[in-house]
Amino acid sequence: MKAQNTSLFQGDLIREALVQSFVKLNPKIMFRNPVMFTVWIGTFVMLIVNIWILTGERSQGSLLYNLIVLVVLLLTLLFANFAEAIAEARGKAQANSLRKTREETPAKWIRTVGEMYLDEVQVVPSSQLQKGQFFLCETGDIIPTDGEIVEGLATIDESAITGESAPVIREAGGDKSSVTGGTKVLSDRIKVKVTTEPGESFLDKMIALVEGASRQKTPNEIALTILLAGFTLVFIIVCITLKPFADFANTPITIAAFISLFVCLIPTTIGGLLSAIGIAGMDRALRANVITKSGKAVETAGDIDTLLLDKTGTITIGNRKATHFWAANGIEPDEFIKSAALSSIADETPEGKSILELAALAPEKLRVENPVFIEFTAETRSSGVDFRETRIRKGASDAIRRLTENAGNAFPEETAAKVRDISSNGGTPLVVSENERVIGVIELQDVIKPGIQERFERLRKMGVKTVMVTGDNPLTAKYIAEKAGVDDYIAEARPEDKMNYIKAEQQKGKLVAMMGDGTNDAPALAQADVGVAMNSGTQAAKEAGNMVDLDNDPTKLIEIVEIGKQLLMTRGTLTTFSIANDVAKYFAIVPALFIASIPALQGLNIMGLHSPESAILSAVIFNAIIIPLLIPLALKGVAYKPIGASALLRRNLLIYGLGGILVPFAGIKVIDMVVGLWF
Amino acid sequence: MNTEILGIVFVFATTIALAIPFGKYIAKIYAGERTLLDLILGPVEKLFYKLSGIRVQSEMNWKQHLSALLTINMVWFFLGMFVLMNQGWLPLNPDGNPSQSAELAFNTTISFVVNCNLQHYSGETGVSYLGQLFLMFLQFVSAGTGMAAAAVVIIAFRERSADKLGNFYELMIKSCTRILLPVSLVVAVILLLNGVPMTFEGKDSFVSMQGDTVQVSTGPVAAFVPIKHVGTNGGGFFGANSAHPFENPNYVTNMVEMFAQMFIPIAMVFALGFYLKKRKLSWVIFGVMTIGFLLLVVPTVFSELKGNPAIAEMGIDVSSGATEGKEIRFGTAFSAFWSIATTVISTGSINAMHDSFMPMSGLAQMLAMMTNAFYGGVGAGILNFYIFIILAVFMSGLMVGRTPELMGKKIEAREMKIAMIVALLHPLLILAATALGTTLPQYTAGTLNNPGFHGFSEMLYEYTSSSANNGSGFEGLGDNTPWWNISCGIVLILSRFLPIIGPVAIAGILASKKHIPESAGTLKTDTGTFGIMIFAVIAIITALSFFPALTLGPIAEYFSMK
Repeated sequence: MKAQNTSLFQGDLIREALVQSFVKLNPKIMFRNPVMFTVWIGTFVMLIVNIWILTGERSQGSLLYNLIVLVVLLLTLLFANFAEAIAEARGKAQANSLRKTREETPAKWIRTVGEMYLDEVQVVPSSQLQKGQFFLCETGDIIPTDGEIVEGLATIDESAITGESAPVIREAGGDKSSVTGGTKVLSDRIKVKVTTEPGESFLDKMIALVEGASRQKTPNEIALTILLAGFTLVFIIVCITLKPFADFANTPITIAAFISLFVCLIPTTIGGLLSAIGIAGMDRALRANVITKSGKAVETAGDIDTLLLDKTGTITIGNRKATHFWAANGIEPDEFIKSAALSSIADETPEGKSILELAALAPEKLRVENPVFIEFTAETRSSGVDFRETRIRKGASDAIRRLTENAGNAFPEETAAKVRDISSNGGTPLVVSENERVIGVIELQDVIKPGIQERFERLRKMGVKTVMVTGDNPLTAKYIAEKAGVDDYIAEARPEDKMNYIKAEQQKGKLVAMMGDGTNDAPALAQADVGVAMNSGTQAAKEAGNMVDLDNDPTKLIEIVEIGKQLLMTRGTLTTFSIANDVAKYFAIVPALFIASIPALQGLNIMGLHSPESAILSAVIFNAIIIPLLIPLALKGVAYKPIGASALLRRNLLIYGLGGILVPFAGIKVIDMVVGLWF
Repeated sequence: MNTEILGIVFVFATTIALAIPFGKYIAKIYAGERTLLDLILGPVEKLFYKLSGIRVQSEMNWKQHLSALLTINMVWFFLGMFVLMNQGWLPLNPDGNPSQSAELAFNTTISFVVNCNLQHYSGETGVSYLGQLFLMFLQFVSAGTGMAAAAVVIIAFRERSADKLGNFYELMIKSCTRILLPVSLVVAVILLLNGVPMTFEGKDSFVSMQGDTVQVSTGPVAAFVPIKHVGTNGGGFFGANSAHPFENPNYVTNMVEMFAQMFIPIAMVFALGFYLKKRKLSWVIFGVMTIGFLLLVVPTVFSELKGNPAIAEMGIDVSSGATEGKEIRFGTAFSAFWSIATTVISTGSINAMHDSFMPMSGLAQMLAMMTNAFYGGVGAGILNFYIFIILAVFMSGLMVGRTPELMGKKIEAREMKIAMIVALLHPLLILAATALGTTLPQYTAGTLNNPGFHGFSEMLYEYTSSSANNGSGFEGLGDNTPWWNISCGIVLILSRFLPIIGPVAIAGILASKKHIPESAGTLKTDTGTFGIMIFAVIAIITALSFFPALTLGPIAEYFSMK
């Protein structure tokens, strides 16, 4: 993950957020947040009270006192607005900085006539490139927009997007054909087809999402808002009924005291920070280089029960590699290695290339006359080369067994034993024959990523089940699954197997996340509750999923789950904190309301606050400044620790519940010591 | 240890020890398993079903349950109004008590139908024996209604994804015949042996030592008093309730009646665990309830034992505690214990005058009713607690980073809405009604026994008792006026049925949701940590809602006395 904008508050962002804090005072906007809207009404009433006092009213206390209450209430509103605005500004800045790289870069547009490319290249601004057009990129060029390589291969520096400094190779055909705008070509040249219309990229959609207009409340946010609105209603009842109670006890209460009590009691802290928390969740995803298509997706990620992970790239490093040549009895090892290498010269698969690497023979040793390369077909399930009188074939053991036995030759027992051996150790055996006689076995092995076991252990503690998806045979799959520590695996997986597995899990009520890149992953990506498409993947896959990972990093799913959990936890802990705060506020304000008429209630003033006015002011001031103090926590999120649900609850209850009760006692007392100098 | 306190501990411990196996029996009843009583009661129930055309096999969803519940309660209401308004000329009226006025009958019937049993009349003069018998019937069925509703909630917990939750009439009838009736019978026998009268004769008379002839009211008391406690109803046969020597003659009957009222509410908690095969959950719920209960009982017992400082100042010996308004035969400590048990459990029967208790005890009694979920009434306790569980699950679910779920069912906006409405209702009714009372002194001022803070407490207590469906009174209040009869009646209806409808609806909605299997990330509800969470939610919601009002009542009184 790249450290972009590490500082929480940057100058220009703060300036923009400050302006927005005032703009958001518009009651139409405030109305979306019921808790803060009631504060807005309270502030408005205080404004009228102040005007009333200016016209000569004497029953409501001094003008200065009322004015301070008004100002503090206004600040409470502004702080809450600021929290939302700064979260929006940060998200937008993050998305914009990504978007900026793709605007106004010169693009080398290749004109086409029908299916033909013209040789001439015209330089145009990147924003003019339309979907379906082609452009050329050479060494040193910035790729102007998202696209798919149709011709060539290039090393590309994607650090602008991913923060990863090591260059990657992108080539035409296959799953690595996609390029992202803003990245830089380091060597070679490629022809690229544009895949998105200008202004319709995922980033553009994400920016719209952060900007509020298209931001919808997520289901959990709605439920929480109901809870908060409920608490607000309780305190409306408490405060309204307090008026007749106080009259009955002959204790007049000023309007300022009433409104202060009310504003302090309603959960303004969480009410003010709620939307900031949601936006920050999306922003955190973006910082992890994941573009989310909705806030709901992030929330759902926290609930994921089952994670489908592709073996290749997630659990193992890249593809299988040849690790051993096992010559058959009576065959010279060197001869076997040469034959094995010959059979792989034309083999473009990563496995084939790794055989050549392992053989490490000089190219001239592999020069033969008039070689005829035999391609792999589903029917023969083997490939190889013919030259002169020699026919070399390489393939799965059953395919080669059929080949040799059809020719009347026996399949050697010791080779069969080796094949079983390799399979049960998680390797893949490839048997090589020469003129229909078995000459040996090539062992291919997966290399499991270092540290992956710990990550799966962490997931298990979170309650997430991991499932490895692989095209390997069940034996190999089982071996790797055990070695890597995943909970389940799908062997010999076809795209529909993934789909069926997801459906079966969902049938049991589980939420499933998966990552995919190919077009054939699209249905499963759409079916999964959280579908993360790799940015290098096909357009179809990106459209089907609800997130796009710019890094193409399959382990990113784990991070996404943690971001989701963090989002929910931040909401929960701040709600608890906010409500727990009320205990101290009661002990500050309630005695202050009645002490004048019922001096005995001094016994309730356990904080020993200076005077009723200073007690009330201290409580509202504390209530206001706690919001900006918690903005960093809301934006960063509460740290998630995979220690099991009960332990986590205990920890958060202790920090935010007990802390929420104690902190305001100290805070209000300290403020009172200052305010008490004047009141 | 003080023998008075020993008596309390003995009753409390015995109740819990017997409630656990009885909880297992209750679970069996609701699960439809065979029990010993099948032999005797099976045919009786079948006769009921046949006569009333109830088809036990047809299970109901939550909406059908609620409509059955509300319909049958409506029938009882109209029947009750008829009996009480016409008892003067109906049979079984040897004392010639008059028919009740419409508004008193309204208040009485409502309060018995809703298991509150707030009484604005005195049994000696206010009802005939027919009236008493009908009220006794209501004490059975109102308790049965609450238990059946709680049973639906418990059943809904178990069903993985289903909307059929048993048959309401069967659950209700079985609650009466299999649970309330046998326990009441046992209690009745003990009361009879201790001299509680059981007769349909009119007033008895005796010649006192001064030589005057004294008329004494009696009646079928031994039949009436057991269900008053077993069903956590609390409606007394006589005006003085369980302080009356015919309802509660001695320390033994006092212990038995105490046992009777706590027995089924505690057993219901364990029944939940046995039924769901989650006994640990029962212990967590029981633990939370017991801690809450003890936090109210202990200060009350001690503040009563300490005696009234104002009386001590006059040079009077207070070594036996604050004895004003208490029966010497029960003692100060037991009366204090009873006052909290009866308010926590929504029985509302009294053996001492709550108006005379120390301010801190009055505070504890009101807090007990404001919480209304530490044990709570039969059935109703579980229902009220359920709402707190929902709220606690929601908050703690978020705190562990998952969208909240209870027993594998997601809690979403709709359930939160219902839970919040129910949670809001109690403070709304108590505070709004009291506020109305204080602003209309023309109706209330004359009925108060005391001025100032204590007068305010009297009003607050009356509405708290109504809203908690408790039925006890602070007893300083002159409450048989149209104002109190009607305003309390309205509070009673709202506070009884919405808190039943809410939990049953939530349970029904959750039952039909998809079940999510448990994982390591799932918050477990049967842990001590979650227990602390529930306790915190209950304490904070109650404290936050009522603190200002209590400040102007008992708290101000307490500090003024210091």
